[in-house]
Amino acid sequence: MQLRRALDSEQFNGWAFVTPGTLVILLFGAVPIVWSGVLSFQKSSLLGSDSPFVGLANYRRMAHDPVVAQAIQHTLVYTALFVPGTMIVGLFLAVAMNRKIRFISLYRTAAYTTMAISTISEAIVFIWLFDPSYGIVNYAFSKVGLPQQQFLNSPSEALYVIVVMTIWGWTGFAVVVYLAALQGVPQSLLEAAAIDGAGPWRTFRRVTLPLLSPASLFLAVWLTINALQLFDEVYLSTQGGPLNATTVLVYYLYEQAFQQFNFGYASAIAYFLFLVTIVITVLQFWVGRRYTYYRS
Amino acid sequence: MSATSAAARGDLRPAAADGPRPARRRWRLPFSPWHLVLVPATVALLFPFLWLLITSVETSTEALHFPPILVPHVIRFANYSDALSSAPFVRFMVNSAVVAVVTVLCNLVLCTLAGYAFARFRFLGRTALFAVIMATLMVPFQVMMIPWFDITKWLGVHVLAAVGINHIGALTLPYAATAFGVFFMRQFFRTLPVEYEESARVDGASRLTVLVRIVLPLAAPPLATLAALTFLDSWNNFLWPLIAVTSTDQMTLPLGLATFQGAHSTEWPMLMAGNVMSLLPMLAVFFIAQRYFIRSVAATGLAGT
Repeated sequence: MQLRRALDSEQFNGWAFVTPGTLVILLFGAVPIVWSGVLSFQKSSLLGSDSPFVGLANYRRMAHDPVVAQAIQHTLVYTALFVPGTMIVGLFLAVAMNRKIRFISLYRTAAYTTMAISTISEAIVFIWLFDPSYGIVNYAFSKVGLPQQQFLNSPSEALYVIVVMTIWGWTGFAVVVYLAALQGVPQSLLEAAAIDGAGPWRTFRRVTLPLLSPASLFLAVWLTINALQLFDEVYLSTQGGPLNATTVLVYYLYEQAFQQFNFGYASAIAYFLFLVTIVITVLQFWVGRRYTYYRS
Repeated sequence: MSATSAAARGDLRPAAADGPRPARRRWRLPFSPWHLVLVPATVALLFPFLWLLITSVETSTEALHFPPILVPHVIRFANYSDALSSAPFVRFMVNSAVVAVVTVLCNLVLCTLAGYAFARFRFLGRTALFAVIMATLMVPFQVMMIPWFDITKWLGVHVLAAVGINHIGALTLPYAATAFGVFFMRQFFRTLPVEYEESARVDGASRLTVLVRIVLPLAAPPLATLAALTFLDSWNNFLWPLIAVTSTDQMTLPLGLATFQGAHSTEWPMLMAGNVMSLLPMLAVFFIAQRYFIRSVAATGLAGT
C-alpha cells in the first residue's frame, strides 16, 4: 500500500519522467560546457597525456594570434552582410507573396524549397555556379560586358560569394517567418491608414513594418547566432582560403581542434565565440526593444 | 495571439488581396503587377536547382565548355550510375534516415516525459534542474564539441560500441533529448487546462496513463512541430558527423556528399548527379509534409515574438 502510494507520488513520477532526457542533456550539455571551460585553461593535446594548467595562457595567445584577429573580422563582416541581406530579401519576397494572385502557391513553394537543401548541397551547387573558368555566373558577366571574376579563388571576393550562397539558402526560412507575421497584421489597420490618406508606401512604413518588428527582431537574433557559427560552406568551398580570406571563427576553431589537436586553445576560442554571441544577442534585444512594437 | 493560432494551424493564406487601389487608372495590366517581381525572383530562386539538374546529365566535355552549354545534346543518365558506383549513396541515405528517425522518436518520447513532469509535478530539485537545462540552451555547439568527442569515444569503448566514434549511434545519442525540446513541450503542457487530467486521476488512472491517454491526444500539433524541426536539423547536420565519423559506411548524406566532392571536385556532371540524389529524399519528405515544416518554422518565428 505504501509502495503503491510512493509509486504514484509526484516526487517519484517527477524524477522518473525527467531522468532519461535529463541524463542526455546533462551528459551532452552541462558536462561538456564545464569541461571545455576547464580545457580552455589547460595546455592539452593528443600527444601529451598530461594537460597542465596554464592559467590564461590560451586566452593571451588568442589576443596575439593574427589569424584570430582576421577570423573575428571575417566573421563580423560576414554577419553584417548576411543578416540584413537575408532579412531584406525575405521581407521583400514575403510582402510580394502575401496576396491572392495566380500561381502564388508556386512562387511560395519555390522560396520554401531552399529550406529543404542541406548546406553541403547548396555549397556544391554554388561552387559550380561561381566556377571561375566554366561557371555560368562568369558567362552572364561576359554577356553584359563585365570582366571575368575569380570569385572563390580571389581573396577579395570569396567571402562575398559565401554571403550570396548562404542568403539563398536562408531565404525560405525568412520568407516563412515574415509571411506568418504578415498574416497577423489586421486588415482594419491597413484600411484605416488608407482612409486617412496614406499611400501604399506610407502604410507599409508606418503600419506594416512596425507590426512586423517582433518577427524582425527574432530573425535578426536567430540569423546572427547562425552567422557567427558559419562553418559548412567555408569547409566545403574554400577551407578558409584563399590566403585565410574566409577563415571565420568556427573554421579556425575546427582547424585548431581537429587538425592541430590544440584542444585547450580551441576551447578558449569556443568560449570567446560564446561570449561574442551573448554580447551581440543581448545588444540586439536591448536595441530591438526600443524599436519593437508589441500589440497586447 | 491570433497570429500565433493562425500559424499554429498552418494557415499561411494570403491575408488579403492587393491593398487599396487608387480610384482612377489610365491603363491596367491584364495581370497583377506583382507577377513582374515574383517571376524573376522565382527564377532566381530555382535557377541553382535547374542548373544542378542540367549539369547532372551533361557529359564532362559539355560541362567543361565555355561558354556553358545550356541545353545538353544528349541526356547522359550514366552520370548517376557512375556516382552510385563511386560512393555508396544508398548507404548514406539509409544512415541519414535511420539517424533522423531515431533522433526524432527519442526526442518525442524523452522531451514529452520531461516537459510534462516539469510542467505538472512538484518534485525535489525541479527548479534547479530546469534552470541547468535552460542554461545549456544558449551555448553554441562549438563549445561542446571537443568534450563530445571524448565522451563519445569513452562510451564506445566502455559502454556500447554502437554509440561510439565511427558509428551512426554517435550521431543520435547526443541529440536524443534537447533542452529546446524539453522547454518547448513544457510550455505547451502549461497551456493545457489541468481539469481533464485531474478527473482521470480521480478515476484511478496512473500518472503515465493520464499522460498517454488524456494529454498526448491533445499534443499532436506541438509534437508534429518538434518532429519536423528535429528531422530537418538531424538530416542537415554536418559538423558533428564530420568529427565523429570517418568510415564511409557510417556516413550520413551531407558528410558522404562532402567526402565525394573532395574526391571528385572537378568531375562536375557526376558530382551533380550525386548531389541530385542526395537532395531527393529530403525534397520528397519536404513536399509531402510541407504544411508541417512551414507551420513549425512559422511557429518558432512567432513564438519569438
